[in-house]
Amino acid sequence: MKPTAEQRLWMYRNMVLSRYLETRIESIYMEGKTPVFNMANGPIPGEMHLSNGQEPCAVGVCAHLTAEDVVTATHRPHHIAVAKGVELDAMVAEIFGKATGLSGGHGGHMHLFDARVNFACSGIVGQGLGPAVGAALSRKLQGKSGVAVAFMGEGAANQGAFHESLNLAAVWKLPVVFVIEDNGWGISVAKEACTAVPNNHLRAAAYGMPGVHVPDNDVEGIFAAAGEAIANARKGLGPTLLEIETFRLAGHFMGDSEDYRPAGEKEGLQQRDPIPRYRRQLLDAGLLDENSDAALVNEAQARVETAIRFAQNSEFLSPEAALDVVFV
Amino acid sequence: MTTKKATRKLTIARAMAEAIAQEMRIDPRVFVMGEDIGPLGGVFGTTRGLITEFGTERVRDTPISETAFIGAAVGAASDGMRPIVELMFVDFFGVCMDAIYNLMAKNTYFSGGKVRVPMVLMTSTGGGYSDAGQHSQCLYGTFAHLPGMKVVVPSNAYDAKGLMTAAIRDDNPVVYMYHKSLQGMGWLGTEKGATVAVPEESYTVEIGKAAVVRKGNDVSLVSLGAGVHHCLRAAEVLQKEGFSAEVLDLRSLVPLDREAVRASVGRTGRLIVVDEDYHSYGVSGEIIATVVEHNHTCLKAAPKRLAYPDIPIPFARPMEQWALPNADKIVDAFRQMMLNQ
Repeated sequence: MKPTAEQRLWMYRNMVLSRYLETRIESIYMEGKTPVFNMANGPIPGEMHLSNGQEPCAVGVCAHLTAEDVVTATHRPHHIAVAKGVELDAMVAEIFGKATGLSGGHGGHMHLFDARVNFACSGIVGQGLGPAVGAALSRKLQGKSGVAVAFMGEGAANQGAFHESLNLAAVWKLPVVFVIEDNGWGISVAKEACTAVPNNHLRAAAYGMPGVHVPDNDVEGIFAAAGEAIANARKGLGPTLLEIETFRLAGHFMGDSEDYRPAGEKEGLQQRDPIPRYRRQLLDAGLLDENSDAALVNEAQARVETAIRFAQNSEFLSPEAALDVVFV
Repeated sequence: MTTKKATRKLTIARAMAEAIAQEMRIDPRVFVMGEDIGPLGGVFGTTRGLITEFGTERVRDTPISETAFIGAAVGAASDGMRPIVELMFVDFFGVCMDAIYNLMAKNTYFSGGKVRVPMVLMTSTGGGYSDAGQHSQCLYGTFAHLPGMKVVVPSNAYDAKGLMTAAIRDDNPVVYMYHKSLQGMGWLGTEKGATVAVPEESYTVEIGKAAVVRKGNDVSLVSLGAGVHHCLRAAEVLQKEGFSAEVLDLRSLVPLDREAVRASVGRTGRLIVVDEDYHSYGVSGEIIATVVEHNHTCLKAAPKRLAYPDIPIPFARPMEQWALPNADKIVDAFRQMMLNQ
């Protein structure tokens, strides 16, 4: 499955936007956190998990989805939220904890919910899988179109929820796709130090579903594999496990010293940054030139800046609003 | 809601299944998932007959995968369905608690109230039949402690049906905790007082409302589930001794009807809480705090609690029965209270 010119530009634009968003969050996050790093300080307090480097997973998969399809994402959700079409102003405002945020600041960066595009995420490893299976079941029971996609890191493949959810999805032949963003590290523990198989897509055999491995963080390789998996789910052919080899260019969270990485790893990864790489591909294909690329980048950056200004200019809910919305 | 006078008696199990069936008939969004809830009809009879009427699409036997199917219920509920899932024994919450307290109970809050999770998690509680410490717990306090989920505990079939209907119709997640000794399963030595007249038509019992099930003036016996029946027996004994005990059935733990507790103790001036859940950090302490934080001067005597000791539940009958609350212990507690007053 090959992306159209339009899809290729869409994927590139969303990767650029997502990366610029992370870059801006990174710099704003550090405000008030130097010289002493205290996570509670600054305009964006709390943990922050940046998605730099993993953008191909988000765009390659979400290029095949529409608003009606369901996505459950992880504690590292920004790139996926951007690609799924989560409302950017409200998303950034939620990351700042503001009243205008997706949830008025009740959720924050690890708990982004946008029902308009059926996006949710959770800060607990592997726990978005069950809800994705349930959303797929809901579509089947209601006779409604739409598939569910559960994103996870490679660490989640060692969770019980992974085994239970894949088995259940396969037993009931549900329209769901499980996507592993394998960035090689579960915080500081290397995949090979904690995973009994060299590749997690092999585990699909245990559930009688196709397991597909996409090497090299390759945008169009991901697009092709995800396209087939999602098309099969839409056709009623059941679930697929997709394992994408990706990498994170940042730490597990901001403040991570990344001492666990072998010397030179990070520098090597920077050389393989998927965004300049895909830019080169599109330039070579004649879909971009220097001018149109600059315009695209400027437009994406302007969009992010608008969202950040929106968030910065928004108020907080009153402290007592903490008591609201426990029940509806 | 007014109902015709009912003469037909049902067990709690039958009442629960009837409520579910009636809601499934009028609402295609309602479906049931769990272990052995299909042809078997639920180990404790909660889904008996449903598969015959509604088929395997809407009455789904699951793998023994509580994390997956309770998580799936959260996903389905968020997507417009109204799932009912059964956690066969509440003791099994250890293998699936994330789906319950981090997803089911929090997604509405995290979404700023925009994502609704209308699901019912029904689960069996309690012991007394030597099933030992992994199949006999109540854990009422554990679930009621964690915000974001309503918790109901019926003591009889009338409330069981009305609370189930209310739970299914609620836009919030409801944990429905039914006590095994009240279910009406022949092999579990059922409490007779739980099998009561139940109207055939659909009705609701409001979640968050306690019920005075026996009026009295000298002491408030506050309890839930099976404990209500111990209290009623104790009240009979006390009546013969010239004392009138009021029995308050909490019915809901979340929301808790604090006003009803305060009103009862305000009338009687004495409080004994009976709870089969663990003694410390639990329901019994919460009920006492509800009264004394509000008005400690209404008490004529220090309040008492009869709860399960802070021990894992033992297997051997003598030890197990010794540790459980019962009517004799309630009567003794009242006598002590009067002596020390």
